[in-house]
Amino acid sequence: MADEISTPSAPSSSRSEGSGPSSSGPGGRPPGARPSGPGGGGRKFFRRKKVCKFCVEKIDAIHYRDVRLLQQFVAERGKIVPRRLTGVCTTHQRGLARAIKQARNIALLPFAARY
Amino acid sequence: MQRTYEIMFIVRPDILDEDLDKLIAGLEGNITQGGGSIKSLEKLGRRKLAYTVKKFNDGNYVLLTINADGSLVGEIERRLRVSEPVIKFISVRMDEEEKRVAKIKAIRATRKKLSAQPPAAPTAAAEPAPAPAAEAASA
Repeated sequence: MADEISTPSAPSSSRSEGSGPSSSGPGGRPPGARPSGPGGGGRKFFRRKKVCKFCVEKIDAIHYRDVRLLQQFVAERGKIVPRRLTGVCTTHQRGLARAIKQARNIALLPFAARY
Repeated sequence: MQRTYEIMFIVRPDILDEDLDKLIAGLEGNITQGGGSIKSLEKLGRRKLAYTVKKFNDGNYVLLTINADGSLVGEIERRLRVSEPVIKFISVRMDEEEKRVAKIKAIRATRKKLSAQPPAAPTAAAEPAPAPAAEAASA
C-alpha cells in the first residue's frame, strides 16, 4: 500500500504531470504505453522502425524456388519467423508463409532442421 | 481451360543421365498428347535435400512450366506418383499469381509516369495559376 501511495505522488511532486495525463489522454496514446515511452525510463536504444523488405525492394512475387530469399525468414530450426520480428507487412507475410510451405514440400527448406 | 502450371519434381540421384532424359521425354510426350504445351523445361541439377526423402539425401531437380488443363495436371501427377525414379514432386498453379504481378507492375508504371512528369507539370500549372488570380483581382 505504501508503494501505491508513494508512486503517484512522486511524479506529481517532481514534475507538473497533473496536466500531462489529461492532455495526452485524448491525444490517442494509450496510457499503458506511457511508462515505456521517452517519459519513463531513459531508453538507451532507439528502435529502428521495421519496414517490409518486400515493399521496400519491390519484390512482387514471392516464389518458393528462391531459397536464398525465403531462408532469411526462417529461423534456425526451420520455423517461419513471425512478422512482429521481421517487420514484413501482412500481405507479404501471407505470401511468404505460402512460399515457405511449398518449399518445404519439395525439400528445399526443412520442416525441422536436424539438430 | 488452359492454365499455367509449374511442376517441380525430384529424381533419385543415382539415376543415369540418359535415363533422366528418357523420363523427361516421356513426360513431355504425355503433356503434348493430353492437349497441353510445354513453356519451359529446366534441369536444376543435383541439389542437397533439406531432409531425407526415401533414404536419399540429395536429388536431381527438374522444373517444368506448362500450359495445361486441370485434368491433365491430375494425370501428370498420377504418372509422377507411379514412376519409380521420381521421389517427390509439387505442382503449383501460376497464372493467377502472374496476373497479379502484372497488375502491380502496370500500376507501378503509371505511378512512375506521374513522378516523371512533375518537371513539366509545374510550368503548365504555373501558367494558368496567375490568370485566375488576375481575374480575381480585376473582379
